[in-house]
Amino acid sequence: MRDRLNSGPGLVLVIVYGIFALSAGARATVQIATKFDEAPEAYLLSALAALIYLVATIGLARGGVSGRRLALVCCSAELLGVLAVGTLSIVDKDAFPDDSVWSVYGRGYGFVPLVLPVIGLYWLRRTARADRA
Amino acid sequence: MNDTIGAIVTVAALAVALLCLVAAIRNRPPDLSHYVGAGLVEAAALVLTVVAVIAMIGGERPTEVGTFVGYLFTFLALPPVAVALARLEPTRWGSVILTVAMLVMPVLVARLGQIWEATGA
Repeated sequence: MRDRLNSGPGLVLVIVYGIFALSAGARATVQIATKFDEAPEAYLLSALAALIYLVATIGLARGGVSGRRLALVCCSAELLGVLAVGTLSIVDKDAFPDDSVWSVYGRGYGFVPLVLPVIGLYWLRRTARADRA
Repeated sequence: MNDTIGAIVTVAALAVALLCLVAAIRNRPPDLSHYVGAGLVEAAALVLTVVAVIAMIGGERPTEVGTFVGYLFTFLALPPVAVALARLEPTRWGSVILTVAMLVMPVLVARLGQIWEATGA
């Protein structure tokens, strides 16, 4: 379904989210498959993050009421995740021995994990009124 | 990984990104020239992939083969997916989609190069 959410800048957001979900997912899958024992928490966290990015991509791409709800939940979870894990990884370095997607607010990924949910939430909010009307 | 082909992909992708950015700034949707440009970048990416696969069959491979192959798939899928999305969005935002995708290609070349270098051999 095409609406404001997945038109114009919204479709740009879809491709950025898609690229990110794929890259983070591929990396987490390899880490879990080849060296899970080294840092199970960090790798599972990365896999969870990748899954949330994937679901957010689907929500943003589908649009409509359900797609919007899906994207809202995922973007909020991403923002909370990157803030919580980012802070924890700085305060307690031993908690995350190997880098996860969200460590140090996503520094390993050019801070994209910090910026993306903010843009996503902004876009959801901006298009909400137009789509309801 | 072949650095020369990597450099060709990088330069081609940046050139197409610039063309698409100009279209976006001028409030134009992508036209045929942008799609052909993205096609040329994809062709160069395919050459890079074939050369890398031949090298891997020849026994020269990165330590993290899985990660390398994963990025390779993203690398190959990106231009066609971006073109498909841009065609869905025949406005300036279609040009932005192509710009973003073409800017990510050099990043992927760099990542592929990094992973390839880490052979430990």
